[in-house]
Amino acid sequence: MGIDFLIAAIITVVGLSTPILLAGLGELVVEKSGVLNLGVEGMMLVGAISGFAVTVYTFNPWFGVLGAAAGGALASLIFAVLVLQLNSNQVATGLALTIFGTGISSLMGLSFTGRIVMPFASVFPDALAKHEYLRLIFGHSPLVYFALIMVPLTTWFLKSTRAGLILRAVGENDLSAHSIGYSVIKVRYAAIAFGGAMAGIGGCYFSMVITPMWAEKMTAGRGWIALALVVFAGWRTGRLLTGAYFFGILMALELYAKASGFSFLPSQFWAAMPYAMTVVALSFISSRGTAGANAPACLGKPFLPST
Amino acid sequence: MASPSRLELTGITKRFPGVLANDNVGFSVKTGEIHALLGENGAGKSTLVKMIYGILQPDAGEIRWDGQRISVTNPKAARKLGIGMVFQHFSLFEAMTVLENIALGMDAKIPARDLESRILAVMGQYGLKLEPHRIVSTLSVGERQRIEIVRALLLTPKLLIMDEPTSVLTPQEVEQLFTVLRKLAQEGCSILYISHKLHEIKALCDTATILRGGKLVDTCDPAVETSRSMAEKMIGSSLKDISRVAGRAFGPSKLVVKALSLPADGPFGTALRDISFTVRAGEIFGVAGVAGNGQNALLLALSGEAPNQDPASVTVDGVAVGHLQARARRGHGIGSVPEERNGHAAVPIFTLADNAVLTARDRLGMVRAGLIDAKAARTYAGEVIEAFSVKATGPSALAESLSGGNLQKYIMGREILQKPQVLVVSQPTWGVDAGAAGSIHQALVDLAATGSAIVVISQDLDELLSLCDTMAVINGGRLSPPMVVAEAKIDEIGLLMGGIHGEASHAP
Repeated sequence: MGIDFLIAAIITVVGLSTPILLAGLGELVVEKSGVLNLGVEGMMLVGAISGFAVTVYTFNPWFGVLGAAAGGALASLIFAVLVLQLNSNQVATGLALTIFGTGISSLMGLSFTGRIVMPFASVFPDALAKHEYLRLIFGHSPLVYFALIMVPLTTWFLKSTRAGLILRAVGENDLSAHSIGYSVIKVRYAAIAFGGAMAGIGGCYFSMVITPMWAEKMTAGRGWIALALVVFAGWRTGRLLTGAYFFGILMALELYAKASGFSFLPSQFWAAMPYAMTVVALSFISSRGTAGANAPACLGKPFLPST
Repeated sequence: MASPSRLELTGITKRFPGVLANDNVGFSVKTGEIHALLGENGAGKSTLVKMIYGILQPDAGEIRWDGQRISVTNPKAARKLGIGMVFQHFSLFEAMTVLENIALGMDAKIPARDLESRILAVMGQYGLKLEPHRIVSTLSVGERQRIEIVRALLLTPKLLIMDEPTSVLTPQEVEQLFTVLRKLAQEGCSILYISHKLHEIKALCDTATILRGGKLVDTCDPAVETSRSMAEKMIGSSLKDISRVAGRAFGPSKLVVKALSLPADGPFGTALRDISFTVRAGEIFGVAGVAGNGQNALLLALSGEAPNQDPASVTVDGVAVGHLQARARRGHGIGSVPEERNGHAAVPIFTLADNAVLTARDRLGMVRAGLIDAKAARTYAGEVIEAFSVKATGPSALAESLSGGNLQKYIMGREILQKPQVLVVSQPTWGVDAGAAGSIHQALVDLAATGSAIVVISQDLDELLSLCDTMAVINGGRLSPPMVVAEAKIDEIGLLMGGIHGEASHAP
């Protein structure tokens, strides 16, 4: 116990938060463009196996990350074609993507079960990364830093760049954006692919960092938490970061309860906590009537320009 | 070149499935001319300007720009030529700032700071007041329109297309807009001004081109024509005036609204605050106001879709109904017609007969032992179609298959033939052509003559002035004291409509 325990606990929380932060950032951008992609869980699984497989063959985890991003993006493009080109229902299509992603990742993973990959090398020298206290800052997986860099980058993109402005405009009022002359479909394709890539990277965190091996359905519902996180954060990147770490703490409590066997409540209670907290947070936000103000007005609606 | 025509159209034809929207239309707009494009809803005005602005492509005909034959493939190309457009339904993004909205309309990438200073320069030059960092959803409609105008002016257009710009403005805002437009025209910018408000066209425009059913009817000088002669060219027949019994007396108070308050519905809604008014039997009471000032909430509060905790806030013939839902209120004789026809007043994919059942089932006994009396519904729908000359294939036509004006006539008829004690209607003639509007107005006057109390909520001031006996202005969810229409002053109504919005809100 004591300081060592605290540091270990914080490192666990950071690790658990990272995949939902990555997937949540991607989904936030997708939703800001007016598309609701419920397939995050499926894209994460595809990313997990793609990253793992690429690393097995290339012996380079960085290629694995690229492979995970590509896998997630490819999976999301199936969704994009159905939703953007054929105007299928976004909720149903997103659910289908999750089921599809679960199945295809199991199929792809058949020959990889039981194998392990080499982990990431630490970004910082051992003197820092393995230091008794400094590992709190320097001892994380490179993907943790990547996720943390992506938060201000995404904020900057959405708030300060013209492309981000157009993306928000498309999510806010697709018909107006169209009448001004922006291509709603192209913007949404790009956003969905970005969301897929981020979910894929979030997924490979499970197969390459948490346990450097592949197992079916290893993301264990975290894709759904990432989705809830976006709403919980009220479509704000800063709050998304806070929310991811908050959920990370709740998930760490579950692990702790399981591992120690010492808990005044069963571990299943802690496992349910992130979901329960989502419901509580949502009702709190909506009762204050502020949730709607930052929500993209076109979220989940198909783009149907008349004449 | 004989005449310096900035824009010249010849033989423009555009066909949509089942409709010839524009049939061989041709006219020209000179440099610095304010040219009116006049016509009823569905006459093809919007289609025509969409082709000039590159949103649609003509099937035949040619567009000349400064003498050169051009094809405008998209709005970007139009803006490059110097064509700007201010849409009737603003293409604005509610949750974004004024600055962001304007930046979205610019094709060139301009740093935010430069853009802001250019916006301030344009606003100063034309006396358009706007606060660049305000969120659009907090602005009045007049201010929103200014965003669109500034957006168009930043491109220093040679032709500015204005699609029904005044339909949502207060009289004062209209005056300000005209000042800006006249100044622009003096500087050599041509203006294509779409409207069906004839007195505005007489006041503003140099030339008027009149369309009817997609065809060009006439190009005339509005200074020479009278409003009536232009209106008759527009509708193709002579105008009918509303006929009403002169000097009729009102009965006892029928609808009494007392201290009615309602919290806002959602982040962009308007709360109703302490609204009180009385409508007597036979009286038509008008509620004027700029869109988004609580009209929707008022309709919902009166119809019963948004019941109140205080039963006494709404009484009909002395019976307190404020706490009742819409169905129970219908039982007490309150009928209502909301603004949105498709999806609120009627279910688009239901037949007209089924739509009749939705509001008339109790009053006309269309449901027996839980089963719909389909025959009674069809008969009643048939009566409505007959009495209000609705153009439909019959009671089994789908609501969505009717044109906006015809569906509106059907919905009005569905309520009126139930002989409600109180009828509340919102925007009864929105998007309805002048012929249909006339018959809807006549039906309301006739219903009032039978002793019903009628509340008309409308943004069209002309409509209220010609239709109502008494009126009040709603602004920011508050209702002004009622005034007798015959004695009301337009200026005063305009100021009330502006209320806390408009000029007052620009104070730092």
